[in-house]
Amino acid sequence: MGVERMTGRILLSRTAESLYWLNRYIDRADSTARLIEMGNRMAMLPGAYSQQEWRSVARASGCLDQFEDPEGITEAAIVRILLLDKDNPSSIRACLENARANAKSARTSLTMAMWDALNDGWRKLELMDVAAVQRELQGVLDWVKSRTAMIRGSSTSTMLRDDGYLFLGLGGHIERADMTLRLLDVKSYVLLPETEVVGGGRDHHQWTSVLYATSAVRAYNHIYRSDYSPGKIAGFLILNKQFPRSLLFSYSKIVRCLDRLAESHGSRHACNETAEKMQSDLQRLQVGEIFRQGLPEFVAETIGTTQRLGAEISEAYHF
Amino acid sequence: MFDEMSGTGDEIRAPYARVAKWIEDAGVALLQKRSEEAEAIFRRIGITFAVYGEGGDPERLIPFDLIPRVFAAQEWAVLDRGIRQRARALNAFLYDVYHRGEILRAGIVPEKLVYQNAAFVPAMMGVEPPGRVYSHIVGIDIVRTGPTGFQVLEDNCRTPSGVSYMLENREIMMRMFPSLFAGGAVQPVDAYPDHLLKTLREVAPPACNDEPNIVLLTPGSFNSAYYEHSFLADLMGISLVEPRDLFIDNGLVWMRTTHGPQRVDVIYRRIDDDFIDPLAFRPDSLLGVPGLFDVYRAGGVTLCSAPGAGVADDKSIYIYTPDMIRFYLGEKPILDNVPTFRCADSDECAHVLDNIDELVVKEVHGSGGYGMLIGPKATAEECTAYSERIRKNPSEFIAQPTLALSTVPSLGPTGIGARHVDLRPYCLVGRDMRLVPGGLTRVALREGSLVVNSSQGGGVKDTWVLSE
Repeated sequence: MGVERMTGRILLSRTAESLYWLNRYIDRADSTARLIEMGNRMAMLPGAYSQQEWRSVARASGCLDQFEDPEGITEAAIVRILLLDKDNPSSIRACLENARANAKSARTSLTMAMWDALNDGWRKLELMDVAAVQRELQGVLDWVKSRTAMIRGSSTSTMLRDDGYLFLGLGGHIERADMTLRLLDVKSYVLLPETEVVGGGRDHHQWTSVLYATSAVRAYNHIYRSDYSPGKIAGFLILNKQFPRSLLFSYSKIVRCLDRLAESHGSRHACNETAEKMQSDLQRLQVGEIFRQGLPEFVAETIGTTQRLGAEISEAYHF
Repeated sequence: MFDEMSGTGDEIRAPYARVAKWIEDAGVALLQKRSEEAEAIFRRIGITFAVYGEGGDPERLIPFDLIPRVFAAQEWAVLDRGIRQRARALNAFLYDVYHRGEILRAGIVPEKLVYQNAAFVPAMMGVEPPGRVYSHIVGIDIVRTGPTGFQVLEDNCRTPSGVSYMLENREIMMRMFPSLFAGGAVQPVDAYPDHLLKTLREVAPPACNDEPNIVLLTPGSFNSAYYEHSFLADLMGISLVEPRDLFIDNGLVWMRTTHGPQRVDVIYRRIDDDFIDPLAFRPDSLLGVPGLFDVYRAGGVTLCSAPGAGVADDKSIYIYTPDMIRFYLGEKPILDNVPTFRCADSDECAHVLDNIDELVVKEVHGSGGYGMLIGPKATAEECTAYSERIRKNPSEFIAQPTLALSTVPSLGPTGIGARHVDLRPYCLVGRDMRLVPGGLTRVALREGSLVVNSSQGGGVKDTWVLSE
C-alpha cells in the first residue's frame, strides 16, 4: 500500500461522517421547528386550514406514516411525534440528541465553544411532556431555533477552516436543500401555474405558508413586495441566488465545499460532477421551464439527485 | 490521626500556610458559593464520567473539592524517587516474567502466582517491546499515615485513569483563584500531555523509520472514561480512534481516513487486553482489531501498555514489589507497602479470619472499591458472611490492617471537615522516565469514610507540590 505520510491533521473517516451528520441533524431540528411554526400559524387562521396544514407538516418532515390518524392530525400529535418522540429519528429531540452524540464522537475536532453550544440544555426536551410544550409552543420553538443558531454561529466563529469544517458545511447545506425540496414536494399541488388565475384568500394563505415554513416571508417581500404568485414563490425557493434556503444557494455552497475537499485531497470524485451539474442546471433554468416540465416531476428528480450525491460523498471519503 | 494541615495538634503545618490563610480570608460561605461555580464549569465543559443503566443523569460529575492538598518540595522529593524506583522495578519484573523468569527461579515470587494469573499472557513470552517497556503509564496509589509515613496501596500498570482530573482541577483552581498561585508558589503540572507524547514517540516500533503516527484507542463515546480519552488526544494533537477505525493489512496497522488508509505506529490504548484483538484474546468480543496482536509481536506497531502488563499490578503480586526493587535494582525500597496478608497462605488466612473485624479484606482481582470488606465498619453478620467467602476460595483474597489514613480539610454542605485522602501520581516510562510534580488526590467525601473511588462517593482535589 504505497501511501505517503500525511502531515498535519488527518481526519478519520468516522470523524468526517460524524461532522457531516452532526450538522444535518442540527439543520433538520431547525427546519422542523420552522415547519411546526408554520403549521401553528395556519391553525390560527379561519377556515379548515389547520388539519390540512398539520398534515403537510407531517408529510414534509417525512413522518406521515407515524401518525395513527393521518386525516385528523392535531397539534398534540405533532408535538408528541415531531418534537418529543425519542424513537422518531426526525423529531427535534432525536435530532438534538443525535447531533450531540455525533459531536461527542468527533469531540477532538470541535472547538470548546461548539461543544458548549451543543451541550447546553441537551436534556431539556427529555424533561418535557406534550402538555408542557403545548403551553409554550412558540417559546420551545424559539429555543430550538436559538440553540441551532448558537451551534452554527460557534462553528463559524471558532473552527479552523480545515477539512472537518468542510464536512460540517456539507451536512448543513445538503440537509437544507433536502428540506426545501421536501417542502416543495408537499406544496407542489398549490403551486400550480393555473391556480394563479384563481387568486383570492385561500390560495394566498397556502402560498405564503411555504414562505413561512422556510422563514422567507421578509426576504421574499424585499424582492417581490407582496406580489405572491406560485411562479415567483417556486422561483424564489428554487432559483434565487441570495436566499440561504434556496436550492441554488445550497448547491453553490455544496459545490464550494466539495471543490475545496478535492483540492486538499488532491483528487476529484463523482460527487464533484453531480453537484456541479446540478448547480449549472439551476443557473440556466427559468421557472417557466420548471413549470412546463412539471414542478412535482422536477422536485422528485432533484430529491433523487440529492440522495445520490450524499451516497457519492460517503463513497469518496470512505465513510 | 494525622491531618495534613494541622498535624496532630492545632498548629498549621508549614506547607499549608497559604491554603489556611486563603480559607480564613475567604470564609466558608464564599468558598461554598465558588464551589457551585466550579461545578457549573465542569458540567459545561463536559468533564463527566458516564454511568449508563442506573437511571438519572447518564453523565455525572466527580465532585471537586476546592481545598487543595499540599506537599512541600522536600516531601515530594522522596515520593518522586520512590515512585520512579517502583515504576522501574515493575517494568523489570514484566520483562523478566516474559523472558527468563529469574525472579521465579530464585524462588522470590511463586511461579504459580505468575503463570496461573488471569492477567498473564503466554503469547507475550519472548516478545521484545521497544525500550523493554511494558507499562508506559504507571499509576501508583499512595496513602499517608504521618509526617514521613507514606505507603503504597496499589500499583496500576495497565491503563490508569484520572490524569485528566489532575490537569483540569489545576486549570479550574488557577482560573478561579489566580492570587493563590501568585509568585509561582506551586509547581505546574501542565507539561503532562507533552511528556506523554514524548514517551509514546520514544517507543515507536522497529518498523517505523520516520515520524511515528501515534493514536489513542478508545472503546468509544459510551465508555465511562471517554472524556479523558478525548481530552488527552486533543492536548497531544493525536487522533482519537475506535477499534472500527483501524484495520490490519500487509503486516501493518492502518486507520481509515478521508485520505484513504494511513499507517499507525504507536497505539496508546485505553482498552483492556481482552478487547484489543478478538483473534488473540476473546473470540466472542465484538470490539477490537482482528490481527492487531500479531502485528505487535512482529514489531509493526507498539501497544501502550503492552498486553499482559496487568500481571504486575495484581493484588497478589503487589506483595512482592519491594522484593522486586531489591532483586532487580539492588536498592532499598523508598516507599513501603501496606502490610498485606495473603489468604492463599493457610497461616495468614487463619490470622485474617480471626481478626476480620479489624482488617480490610479485598478480592485479589477486584477494582474500583467494589467487593471489599472494611472490618471495623462492618456488622457481625457481614463479617461472618465474608469469612464464608474467604474459606471457600482463600486464594482470591488479601487483607490489610485498617490504616490511620491522613486527612485533609474538605468543604462540605455544613462547613469544613477533615476527610481521608489518597494520591495517584502518573509515572511515564519510555526511553526516559518522566513524572510531573503532583497527581490526582482522591478524597472520601463522606465523613469517616475510607473509600475514595469515584464510583463510591469519592471526590477529587487539586494537588500541589510547592516550589522550593
